Amino acid sequence: MKVPSASARALRADELGLRRALPGRTLPLMVAAMALLAALSVAGWIGTSALARQWREGAGTAMTVQVPRPNEPSAKPDTTRLAAAVALLAGTRGVASVHVLTEAELTDLLRPWLGDSASQLALPMPAVVAVRLSGAAIDLAVLGHALDDAAAGTAVEDHGVWMRRLSALAFSLQACALLALALVGAVSIAVIAVATRAGLAARRDAIEIVHGLGATDGFIAGRFARRTMLLAAFGGFVGAFIAVPALLVLAQFAAPFAENASASPGHAALFAALPIPLWGSIAALPIVAAAIGFVTAQLTVRGWLRHLP
Amino acid sequence: MVRFESVGLRYGRTGGRDPAPEVLRDISFELPEGTFCWLRGASGAGKTSLLRLMYLAVLPTSGKLTLLGADIGRTPRAGLPPLRRRIGVVFQDFRLMPHLSAFENVALPLRLAGGSDAQIRADVIELLRWVGLGRKLYTLPEELSGGEQQRVAIARAVIARPSLLLADEPTGNMDEAQAERLMVLLGELNRIGTTVVVASHNDALVERHPAAELRLDRGRMVREP
Ligand SMILES: Nc1ncnc2c1ncn2[C@@H]1O[C@H](COP(=O)(O)OP(=O)(O)OP(=O)(O)O)[C@@H](O)[C@H]1O
Ligand SMILES: [Mg+2]
Repeated sequence: MKVPSASARALRADELGLRRALPGRTLPLMVAAMALLAALSVAGWIGTSALARQWREGAGTAMTVQVPRPNEPSAKPDTTRLAAAVALLAGTRGVASVHVLTEAELTDLLRPWLGDSASQLALPMPAVVAVRLSGAAIDLAVLGHALDDAAAGTAVEDHGVWMRRLSALAFSLQACALLALALVGAVSIAVIAVATRAGLAARRDAIEIVHGLGATDGFIAGRFARRTMLLAAFGGFVGAFIAVPALLVLAQFAAPFAENASASPGHAALFAALPIPLWGSIAALPIVAAAIGFVTAQLTVRGWLRHLP
Repeated sequence: MVRFESVGLRYGRTGGRDPAPEVLRDISFELPEGTFCWLRGASGAGKTSLLRLMYLAVLPTSGKLTLLGADIGRTPRAGLPPLRRRIGVVFQDFRLMPHLSAFENVALPLRLAGGSDAQIRADVIELLRWVGLGRKLYTLPEELSGGEQQRVAIARAVIARPSLLLADEPTGNMDEAQAERLMVLLGELNRIGTTVVVASHNDALVERHPAAELRLDRGRMVREP
């Protein structure tokens, strides 16, 4: 007749029969799907953030200057137009290095458009100067005027326009990812609230009995919250578990766009394939799911209990 | 202990142009501590409703209700559960938790009051033995007979030694011998100071156990204890 005390304790922990009223399959399954979506959204956000940063930094670090008729004399005596432009550039604050592209480099650049015959063209080719910037702000308008004075017709091509467009694109992608994340959170809350309400309906009598015996709202809400917290945490864990291989596969596709894709084999490479903040987010998924489960159930049950005196 | 002052009760709409009918009207009486009181009246007179007010399952729509020293109208909602824990109730339909064993059903009030596991075990087993269920401690309600379920319900109502014990037709499913046994238990509890109110249709039982009597007729009180 004696029931082991462990099972008695287990029974006590479930006075309201929530193990049956809040079954352990549907809710974790839904939460797992939400957690997977959340992981993908976070990955999208982190990925686009990195791209945006890369592009933003790229925009500020390089520009190209074209000097037409480079070998003709400049306004200054005894200097070619090219030399004058290079000297001016090298003397400008914020310029880290100035490199005049060689004939071979130019041919390489033009090959995609002109083919191998580029070098044999009789066209007058401008000299192209690749300028790397150090980060200090440069007033492009002033520089442009100065270059035009030194060698009329010199054109400065700032990469910034393109980079700014790409940054705007990256920003809107980031916004999409955040929106998706917010939606996933909202849907998770709704799913847990609906499950909790179903549990309340299924255990209406039991709740009224313990309420009548003097159970506080906190006690009843706490029982529900503990159950949904466990189920949501489990779902979050499963979602996170599935998210890892899914994200690793996606990372393979995205590798060409990544800044420093590592080629080293083994576990380290697997770990390095995803950014650390993403690993952190994946690890946080079960905790966040548990928190959403706990808070949502608490609020839902406490709201419902207001019907009782 | 219990004081009603012009208490009225409506179920449903309490105000507006079309309020629900008053099932209890202008009820006033007082039960001093340690009273034993019968609650009588025809079916539909409002006996269950009056008991529901006393175990705080409903609150008065009008008038003033004082229970266990607390003015219920002025008690915040969070103040009601501690009062409920001092009130034991035997329902006509038992209201046992279907998924909990007899032991766990009876232990529930002690768990809610935060008793220790060992103390709860000892008390619950002793009481269940006393009501003759020592061999069915871990049986679910659906596997118990009506009378056995009733005894579990009674045990649950008295386990936490309530100050106020309310019973709604507790002898409904009992034969005469069982009913007498219940009266002995209620008498014992009354002797140690518990205020007891029993709603009953069983005229023979009431006559065998004369006590104060509260009589209702269509929601009005026609006899004060
Ligand atoms: N939950 C409810 N909602 C609306 N009306 C109710 C409710 N419970 C009871 N009533 C009404 O209140 C009146 C009194 O009912 P109550 O159950 O208190 O009577 P009773 O004296 O206990 O009757 P019985 O002896 O048959 O148990 C009845 O007219 C009944 O229809
Ligand atoms: Mg009744």
